[in-house]
Amino acid sequence: MGVGSERRLAAALALLLLTGGCARDESAPPATGANPAAATAEEAAQPARGDAIVFGTVGDASTLIPMLASDSASHEYAGNIFDGLVAYDKTLSFLEPRLAEKWDVEDGGQRITFHLRRDVKWTDGVPFTARDVEFGFNLIRDPATLTAYSEDYKQVQSFEVIDDWTFRVVYEKPFAPALSTWGSLVVLPRHLLEGKNINETDFGQHPVGLGSHIFESWERNTRFTLRANPDYYRGRPWIERVVYRVIPDESTQFLELKAGGLDMMGLTPLQYSRQTSTPVFARDFRKYRYVSNAYTYLGYNLEDPRFADVRVRRAFSHAINKQEIVDAVLFGLGRPSEGPYRPGTAWINDELPAYAYDPGKARALLAEAGWKDGDGDGIVEKDGKPFFFRILTNQNEQRLKAATMIQRRLRDVGVEASVRVLEWSAFINDFIDKRRFEAIVLGWSLSLDPDQYDIWHSSKTGYKQFNFVGYKNPEVDDLLEKGRRTFDEAERKRIYDRLQVILWEDQPYTFLYVPEATPIVAARFHGIEEAPAGISWNFPFWYVPKGEQKYVVTR
Amino acid sequence: MLSYLAKRLAGFVPLLLGISFVSFMVMALAPGNPVDLMTDMNPKASPESRIQLEKYYGLDRPIHVQYGLWLNRIVHGDLGTSFSRDRRPVLDKILEALPITLMLNAIELALILALAIPIGIYSAARQYSFGDRVTTVLLFVGFAMPSFWLALLAMTLFGVHLDLLPISGLRSLDYDSMTTLGKVGDRLAHLALPIGASVVTGLAGMSRYMRSSMLEVLRQDYVQTARAKGLSERVVLLRHALRNALLPVVTLLGMSIPGLIGGSAISETIFAIPGMGRLFFTGVMARDYPVVMGILLFGAVLTLLGNLLADMLYIVVDPRLRKR
Repeated sequence: MGVGSERRLAAALALLLLTGGCARDESAPPATGANPAAATAEEAAQPARGDAIVFGTVGDASTLIPMLASDSASHEYAGNIFDGLVAYDKTLSFLEPRLAEKWDVEDGGQRITFHLRRDVKWTDGVPFTARDVEFGFNLIRDPATLTAYSEDYKQVQSFEVIDDWTFRVVYEKPFAPALSTWGSLVVLPRHLLEGKNINETDFGQHPVGLGSHIFESWERNTRFTLRANPDYYRGRPWIERVVYRVIPDESTQFLELKAGGLDMMGLTPLQYSRQTSTPVFARDFRKYRYVSNAYTYLGYNLEDPRFADVRVRRAFSHAINKQEIVDAVLFGLGRPSEGPYRPGTAWINDELPAYAYDPGKARALLAEAGWKDGDGDGIVEKDGKPFFFRILTNQNEQRLKAATMIQRRLRDVGVEASVRVLEWSAFINDFIDKRRFEAIVLGWSLSLDPDQYDIWHSSKTGYKQFNFVGYKNPEVDDLLEKGRRTFDEAERKRIYDRLQVILWEDQPYTFLYVPEATPIVAARFHGIEEAPAGISWNFPFWYVPKGEQKYVVTR
Repeated sequence: MLSYLAKRLAGFVPLLLGISFVSFMVMALAPGNPVDLMTDMNPKASPESRIQLEKYYGLDRPIHVQYGLWLNRIVHGDLGTSFSRDRRPVLDKILEALPITLMLNAIELALILALAIPIGIYSAARQYSFGDRVTTVLLFVGFAMPSFWLALLAMTLFGVHLDLLPISGLRSLDYDSMTTLGKVGDRLAHLALPIGASVVTGLAGMSRYMRSSMLEVLRQDYVQTARAKGLSERVVLLRHALRNALLPVVTLLGMSIPGLIGGSAISETIFAIPGMGRLFFTGVMARDYPVVMGILLFGAVLTLLGNLLADMLYIVVDPRLRKR
């Protein structure tokens, strides 16, 4: 469970990413090819039906009911079977229609009316209607439903079905992330689930959905198989079959990839940069790299008097060489990070300068804060006490390496740090929750909406809450509150730009790096288009030209 | 004999109670619970949903009550339902993984015995010969090699470079469309690497036992006598010495019976085999208490039965014990 936090958060996103699709041509008929990019890039290779794609996954899913699942594999599998009302576009900047063909935002965002597509059917033939969404909505808010995702839906005051394809939600207060929450979590077939106990039903073991693929078989901890949904409302996928193979070990996955047993996997930085540059790989595979939705940071316990002084935190940010960490830990497959937003998306404030690696400046800031080396032992002291502290992190090799490099750079400016690695549960329960830490190296992976209330707001410093560094800044509180009540994009952008300026000044974390996702895909798959959202956003419209097909798929 | 058996079996009850109680407590002492792993570091999860989940799993009750409830279910023959969101019965999960592990381990053990006993006899009979030295060195190389490392090397060689054997899993993607013969071949091909790797690393222990036990026996007076009678070396070794030399091996065998159901988490992870080792490992990592307790209980029962069986086998192979 080493990478717990990211995995689970990424899971929530995977819903959106994996159900992502072709942005430009909503009404593309299935027969003429749904992917315009393919036509220009690969004229010779005509889209054709057939073949299969085999994915590797390190863990098996638990349930395919998205609102109950808390692991990434579950969300990934289910992302093929269900679809959302809305989904992020491939640039991750705005929401585009899916099951909802349009929506009206009224009263400054307090009221949203969704108009659903009328041509969508569940794969058992029953039409999809607003009643299904109402059912899913009531279910996720039901206190008896064991879901970790109900919070967003509790902001809704009323849900009113106007007709089979129209419904209206009214929020207590305008809630800017509202629109993005109408993804696939609340899309469930009412006719199959009504009256059943959602926590105990076996629907999650053989679901009926309306997404690009249809559930076919599931051999526990071994293999999960889907087939193309011929009636998929965005056009029938070209690839006939999708197989997930559960292979827990990354090295084994890599060997399977080389031997042809897998068609796609996420490479480790080492595999990407050192082990996949041979001519064979260049011929048989395509590698991709793009910024991922996560970042790693050094967080300070702001209740510790030493770290309560902003000059000390700034000094640390200048003392740490972020590029060096990216080069060593990620083999250069990442970027130094300066704030909590994903580079390349609309929300990042590009005007902020980087905290340059500058040991001289770091020493000066420490001296200004009263930390000076009086006894000449190379360690700075204040009131006779040397600056010694401990960095905690979990069993994650990248984080351990980053912490070790931080330790080395801090030593250069006279601060002695030790590093301690902990098992995930012990780390969270005994150290984070009890605030028994001085500094931590951890990561976040965040939803695509810029709202980060839970992480930075001063009201979120309680037990098991996520502002565990204890960051309190009234202006930040104010901006976070305003940000989630503002629907106007330009106004929101101003709010979050300002938030980033304050975080940049306060340095409650030293933001370290944003890793890149580095998937590799067998070269026979065409139609793949790299975008800020990655490559999976148009997965239903990938194809293998007739002559290159590898598997003969029979029904 | 029968009363002895009954006594031993009755003794199992307090033992199992003790084992299960200690296991339950140790598991509860480990930091974190299943709910943490579902909600930790997930800003979308509210404190209420935590409380609600803990209640659902009965984790809000005191630990001794939880143990009592668990025990009550066990007595009624119910291993409970997994805490994982699939909510499947623990028994189903164990019965899915058990045959796989059992098959692998049984083949492995049979192969190890088939190789180790002759090697042991040979090394003992030709102690310090060139052949003894070579096998000793080779065995120790196998023993010293980390099995995961050997496994990865073998996968690279046979799976990627030579393209002879499948790398992981138990069956090919197109298994269902194969002929019966093809299916058997496919199965065997998939088993070759995982079994090969563990036989190489597991051979040393058993064969060294065999060797030393054989050497011990060969020094005995009755062997001297047999030789003095003019019996051929072959008869001396295989008829007179071997029987007694097998005693310690029987002990080892008895001790490896519970091992039959405990898969190696490392090997199963590398070869993507959904056996008991992985079930237990992922159960522990996810704090899936019912699954972990179910497997521990299974293991405890089998260990006790294995010990009993070893003792019974002793009686069978060692006439001196029969008198008592």
